[in-house]
Order: sequence, then C-alpha cells, then structure tokens
Amino acid sequence: MSSVAEFQQSLSRSDTESTVTTPEEFASTLADVVDRPAVGAALPFDAVDLDDAPVTLNPTPTQLREAKTGVTAARLGVASLGTVAIQSRAAGDELVSLHPETHVVVVRERDLRPDLEAAFDWLDDRFDDGERSFVLATGASATGDMGALVEGVHGPEDVHVLVLADDE
Amino acid sequence: MSKTDELDADAIRELLRTEGDGIKENTRHFNEERYERIEEVGSETHERYRSEARQVKEDAIERLPELVERTTAAVEDNGGTVYVADDAADARRYVRDVVDEDDAESVVKSKSMTTEEIELNEALDASGVDVWETDLGEFVVQIAEEGPSHIVGPSLHRTREDVTELFEREFDTDERLDTAEKLTAFARDYLGERIEDADVGITGANFVLADSGSIALVTNEGNARKCASVPDTHVAVAGLEKIIPSVGDLHPFAELISRAATGQHIPQYLSILTPPVDTPTVDFDAPDEAGFGGSDADREFHLVLVDNGRREMRDDDDLRETLYCIRCGACANSCANFQSVGGHAFGGETYTGGIATGWEAGVEGLDTAEEFNDLCTGCSRCVNACPVKIDIPWINTVVRDRINRGKDPGFEDLLVDGLVPDEETAGTPLRKRFFGNFETAAKLGSATAPLSNAVASAGPVRAAMESLLGIDARRDLPSFERTTLRDWASDREAAVTDPRRRVALYPDVYTNHVQTSRGKAAVRVLEALGCEVVVPDVGGSGRAPLSQGMIDTAERKAEAVGETLGDYVDRGYDVVVVEPSDLAMFDREYERLVDEDVHRTLSDNSFELFEYVYGLLENGADESVLTAGDGDGVAYHSHCQQRTLGLEPYTEAVLDRLGYDVLTSDVECCGMAGSFGYKTEFYELSMDVGETLADQFADAADERTVVASGTSCLEQLDSLLAPAPRHPIELVDPGA
Ligand code: SF4
Repeated sequence: MSSVAEFQQSLSRSDTESTVTTPEEFASTLADVVDRPAVGAALPFDAVDLDDAPVTLNPTPTQLREAKTGVTAARLGVASLGTVAIQSRAAGDELVSLHPETHVVVVRERDLRPDLEAAFDWLDDRFDDGERSFVLATGASATGDMGALVEGVHGPEDVHVLVLADDE
Repeated sequence: MSKTDELDADAIRELLRTEGDGIKENTRHFNEERYERIEEVGSETHERYRSEARQVKEDAIERLPELVERTTAAVEDNGGTVYVADDAADARRYVRDVVDEDDAESVVKSKSMTTEEIELNEALDASGVDVWETDLGEFVVQIAEEGPSHIVGPSLHRTREDVTELFEREFDTDERLDTAEKLTAFARDYLGERIEDADVGITGANFVLADSGSIALVTNEGNARKCASVPDTHVAVAGLEKIIPSVGDLHPFAELISRAATGQHIPQYLSILTPPVDTPTVDFDAPDEAGFGGSDADREFHLVLVDNGRREMRDDDDLRETLYCIRCGACANSCANFQSVGGHAFGGETYTGGIATGWEAGVEGLDTAEEFNDLCTGCSRCVNACPVKIDIPWINTVVRDRINRGKDPGFEDLLVDGLVPDEETAGTPLRKRFFGNFETAAKLGSATAPLSNAVASAGPVRAAMESLLGIDARRDLPSFERTTLRDWASDREAAVTDPRRRVALYPDVYTNHVQTSRGKAAVRVLEALGCEVVVPDVGGSGRAPLSQGMIDTAERKAEAVGETLGDYVDRGYDVVVVEPSDLAMFDREYERLVDEDVHRTLSDNSFELFEYVYGLLENGADESVLTAGDGDGVAYHSHCQQRTLGLEPYTEAVLDRLGYDVLTSDVECCGMAGSFGYKTEFYELSMDVGETLADQFADAADERTVVASGTSCLEQLDSLLAPAPRHPIELVDPGA
C-alpha cells in the first residue's frame, strides 16, 4: 500500500476525513472543505499558500473564538496512525488548530513517515535544527469523563486532512 | 481532599454500593481496550518497547543528579526558570510567588497528579486565587470536592447520572444536562471562559527532556494545550523522576503510555513543547485587535521539579522502581480488588491502585500506605500490565513488611512470639503471623484430624477466631486430612520400573494437608504417563508468610526449599508443582529471596502440573491411558499467578486433546487470594470480586464440570457456585 493510502486508512479509523489534492487544485479543494467564518496560520510551504483562501490570518481574539474552521499546515504525517505534527509557530498554528470546531490540516505527501519510530527520527532531526515544539495530534479532541465518549472538548470536534500530492 | 479513614468492612461496603459499579465498568473497559491494542501491535513489539522504556528509566534515575543539571541549563538557556523544590511546602510557596508576582487573579490547570500531591490548589485558594481544573474528570471532582479515584480517570467512580445531578445542582442550569454530550458542551463552554480569563496556566509534565529543556504532555481533551498556550505565564510542575535524557528516548513511552492507560495506540494529543514557545499569546481583553489581541507580552516559563521524598526513594533499593512509573493506571485497571472498590479505598492521599503503595510510602510515609496496603493480594495481574515492568507486588510486600516492623508489640504479641516459628519482630500483627505460619496450623490440623476440624468449626471457636484473628465466620475453613499426601505416597510401591522421567512432586501445604485428592491424582497421572514420582519431605515455599509481608520468614523457608529441591534437580528430577502460587514463588519471588543460582536451578526445572503433562504428551507419552472427555463440558478457571506466567493454555490444551469441551474464564482474579477472603473486613469485597467469576460460569455450571487450578479459587467457587469443584487433574486421573 502506498503511504498515502495507508495514511488515509488510518485517518478514517480515527474518524478523520481526508482528501488528496494537488498544488493546482488546492485552492478549490480548500474552499470546499472550509466552513466559514474561518481563520488560518500561513502555510510554511512553497507550492501553496492561504493568501487567496477564505480564511483570516492573524485573527483577532473574537475571530478566533467565533471561527468555525481553522486551517494550518502539518509538518509531518504518520501513515500507520493518522497522526499529524503541528508546529508551535509565531503564525499561531497551535491556536488556530485548537480553538475552532473544525481543523483543516494540510500535509504534504513527501512529509509522510511510515510509523512513530520514523516520526521520532524526524523529530530528532528537527530538534537538532532548533525546531523543538510540536503537537502530535490524532483525530478530534475527546473525553470519556462524562460517561460516554464525546468528541469536541477543548479542541476540535472534526478534523479534515488535505494531503498535498507530490509533483510527479 | 485527603481521606484518612482506616479501611473497615463498613467503609468497603459503602464504596461497593456507591462507587463499585462505575469503577467496574470503566476499568474493565480500559482493560479490554488495552488487551486489544496490544494484540494489534503484537506482543513481541510491545515487549520490546517495554524493555526499552524500562532501560531509559533505569538509566535516567541512575543519572538523576546530572540530568537535573542538564535540564536546568537547557531551560535557562531557552529563557525559562527551573526551581527544584525540596518538599511540598517549598513547591507550593514557589508557585504561589510566581502567581503573586504576576498579580494573577485566576489560574487554569490541566490534570497533574504532582500538583495534587503537593496540594497546590488548596494553597492557591487560600491566597485568594481562583483555580480551575480544566480536565473534565478533574473538574468533576473539583466541583464535588472529593479526591480522584483513579490516576488517569479522576472521576471514574461517577456515572453520567451522578454528574448530571452534580452539575445541575451546582450550576443551577436552566437546561437539562442529561446526556454526555450536553455535559461536555456545558463544561467546555464554562471552562473555555475560565481559560480566556486566566493569567497563569499550570500543567504537569508527563516527561521532561533534559537535553532540550522540553516537556511532553499527554492529553485527549486538548486542555493542556490551551493551558500552555493561552495565558502568557506557564508553570509546569513535575516530579524529579519525570526527566529522561532526550527526545529520542521519548519514543518507547509515546508507544506505550496510552496503550497501557486507555487502550489507545497514541493519545489524541502528545505535545512536545520547548517553552517559551513561539505561539503568540491570546489577549482576550483586546478582542478586536488583530494578531490574537496584539499582545507583546513575553512568554514566561517556570519548571518546578518536585523532590518531596523522591531522592530518598532513589536511594532505597526496594522503592526505587516506583520512580519508573509513568502513571498510566494499568496496575489499577488490572486489579480485581480495585475494579470493585476503586481508589477511594485502594489509594492514599493522592495515588491510587497497585503502585500507590510505593508512591504514598515514599512521599507521605508508611502510615498512609498502611491504610490500603492490605488490599493488594499479590495476585500479580498488574505485573504484565505495567509498561515499565515494575514489580508492583514486591513493592507492596516490602512496604507491608516495614509496616509490620514498625508496630509496637502488645502483651499477647510477646506471648505468641515464642510459640510461632517465624523470624518476625514481636510487633507483627497476630493475624498476619497466624496466616503467615499456616503451615504450622496445618501440621497440627492433620495430626489431630478429624478432631481439629470439628473443633475449628464449632461455634465458640469460630467466634473466637473472628474476634482474635479477624477470620470471618461466614467462611468455611479448610478441613485437614489425617493422612497427608506425603504419608500416602511414602507407603506406595514404586509403580514404574523404567521411567521416562523422574518427578519430584512438590507437596505444597494445601495439597499435602487439605486437598490431598488432587495430589494423589497428580501422582497417578504422572505414573500412568511413565514417570517415577516421589513426594519429597519439604516445607512450605514461603508464599504464606510473604503474602503477610513477613519477608525474613519467607526467606528462611525459601532457602530450605531451594536446598531440598535443588538436591532433587541435581539427581535428575524435574520439579512438578500443583499449586500455581507456589510455582510463581519459584519462578518470580525466589529471585529476591535466595541465591541467584538456586533461583535459576528451581525456575529452570520447575513445571506447572499441566505444563508438564502437556510436555510428556508432546514427547510421545500415551494419552489414551488418561480419562478422556468424550465431549464433556468443563468450565475452567485458571489462577491469577498462573496467567501472569503464561501457563493457562497448557491445561486447556491437554483437556482439549483428551476430548473435553473447555470454557475458560477471563476474570483477573477469583477474589479469594489466599488469606485475603478470610479476613472479616474484606469478606464482602472478596465475594464481590468472586461474583464476576461466578457470573461468567453461572449458565455453564449446570452442564459443565467446574474446575480450577488454585486452592483459593476452588474455595471461592465452592462457596459461590458449585459445591466441591475440582482440580482439573482429577478429571483425567486414570485411577479415579
Ligand atoms: S506502576 Fe506501572 S502500571 Fe502502575 S501506573 Fe505506574 S507505570 Fe502504570
């Protein structure tokens, strides 16, 4: 199985939707999955950006609070688990990925790693480069503390992953 | 939030009634999920991570002083502050100072057992700061003003209905909060506002990474992420033992922690943060200012490393392992007693479940550990559950021994002291010495049977036993056989002339004095399969005294058994053991009690009875000499320690091969656990645990023969289900 297919399978196991897209189709795919109003953190990628997307970058606290969707990048995807790595950046990825009901997360195919062991090798390298704050997020936020499993607690209730296919 | 009530029958009965159902349902659910996830990842892989994790912790605790220095240097280099607090008061004072200097009026917290240990909330409260627990389970116990009942799920004892009632009353809500969804939404919104208003966020740290000055936080709800990112001041409070060297060392723990805790492959959120982080703070006081409120406040980070007894634990050879604990709660979930009463009985000031004894003894003292230590029966079901391979039953035993030694002897103790052949100090409680010296009672019982049995079951004697020894009068007492197994065997002619193997059948105290029939069946089966069988003249394994925390006595017994059985092994005999708890002694506990080579000899050459029979059949022995099943139904309960050793499948396999239709129970323990079920204050708990087993067999018992491997299990099944259940060897006995 290709790592994209495995990644998507793992995502669906954790009740997470996913869509594979290309740099060309990215803008329209994103517009389809974003529920407005939306906030975003600028993507650290060359091939795509959020400049013309229906999202507010560097939002006000009110916009952050009222946004239905938050769009951020993930620096890494773990194929076996459907996990993504959100970096704590000045663009506010941590806040944008956490506060709105839906988190739309963009991960590049080339950033997929097979499993957690490979993810930690990757992290080790990032730490060496001085990038040292990440959240490994898997699925929606959840609790069992109220007597049954409920999704959407302090974090998003829904997560939608956009996988950006590598150029051929 | 402390609870210092001594455990008594009334307190346990009340907890069984009020909290038992919630705890049972939740812990068993965690257990099932854990078993499933481990199966998915594969036991070999899982074991590899366990070994790696154990290794990392052993090294880290060994190098703790150096790692504390490295952590301090790294955090300071990043722009944060590290404070090493000697004790709880010191830690409280430091955090209060940070909060004061910030002029903070309110603080939000994510779940942290260490802040509970140092009673931080009370301290902040007292200085007029609003403190909010944002983990929903912690929020529930905060509102209810009670202590957590479980390390991972603080409100595990509460049902949804309970919480509905609590919230509706406490918050006087207009709408009904009668579903988990509505409760969650209410709590999220309520706490969301508290987080927006908070001046300081306090979190724990599941791990601290020395090289980079990072912390790792495990949550499912996302509350720790908010507490660490919204307010501009972040205080992380962690025990000193949380430090590991670097991010690479985190990998095995990332694999293990949620699988062990809740049966998830990975938590929803594993944050690895190196504060102060680049995430902008959010200024909700400037709601319409772009850039998250446009605050230019610098982030402030304090890491409080709490000693509070940990450095002393590190120097203590028996308690040190406690520091490897990653607080996953698996030892609680896998514990049958815990499943029934939860952490409000099975726990101390802060910590709950099996490992709580180690933690409470280390951070609070023996008095606190004593309040619940006796709830550990040594069944060992937690041993394989623990992701860092802590020998939890051993820690419980050592602490029990220390508690015994701390007692001042009373008059009757001094009287008894000369009469019992043990190695204990005079203050060791009388009842413990009675159970610990059961072998002496059994010898006397057999020598004077049937008179001893008649006397023991007489009303006045039972009443005296109850008041003097706390032996519950509702329990049937074992009935001693006049002719012991050894007597019987020594009168027998050698039956096998050209033996396939030579067996020394270990006559444990019960098989020798009480359930001699299973011993005789074992001899006949082994002989039928072509073995020479001898029953050596050897005493108790030390299991009985060990279970009472009488380690010196156990050690003396173990040395004697090691010597005698070692001789047999040297002369070419295999040691075959009927009682699983004694086999577990040879295999596990003797490592701590006898010389290394003696332990290795015994552990390599001892076999559980059916394990041995299985081996004989696999190697060509003729199974047709045994009594076949012809499709007969059997309901089989293995023994807790037998399952821990992975020996349950042999009985199933042999019975299966002989044509029996076997149904096996999957409960963690029968609840009797040696002397435990006899004790007055634990009788009802023991029966409650036993009910689970009885329920599993209730339908089957009419059509199937009930069999069990352990003595205690047989007694428990006898009182709960079917009279006179048997050991499985009696089914296949050709001479029966
Ligand atoms: S002792 Fe082991 S099983 Fe128990 S909480 Fe600690 S790590 Fe988990």
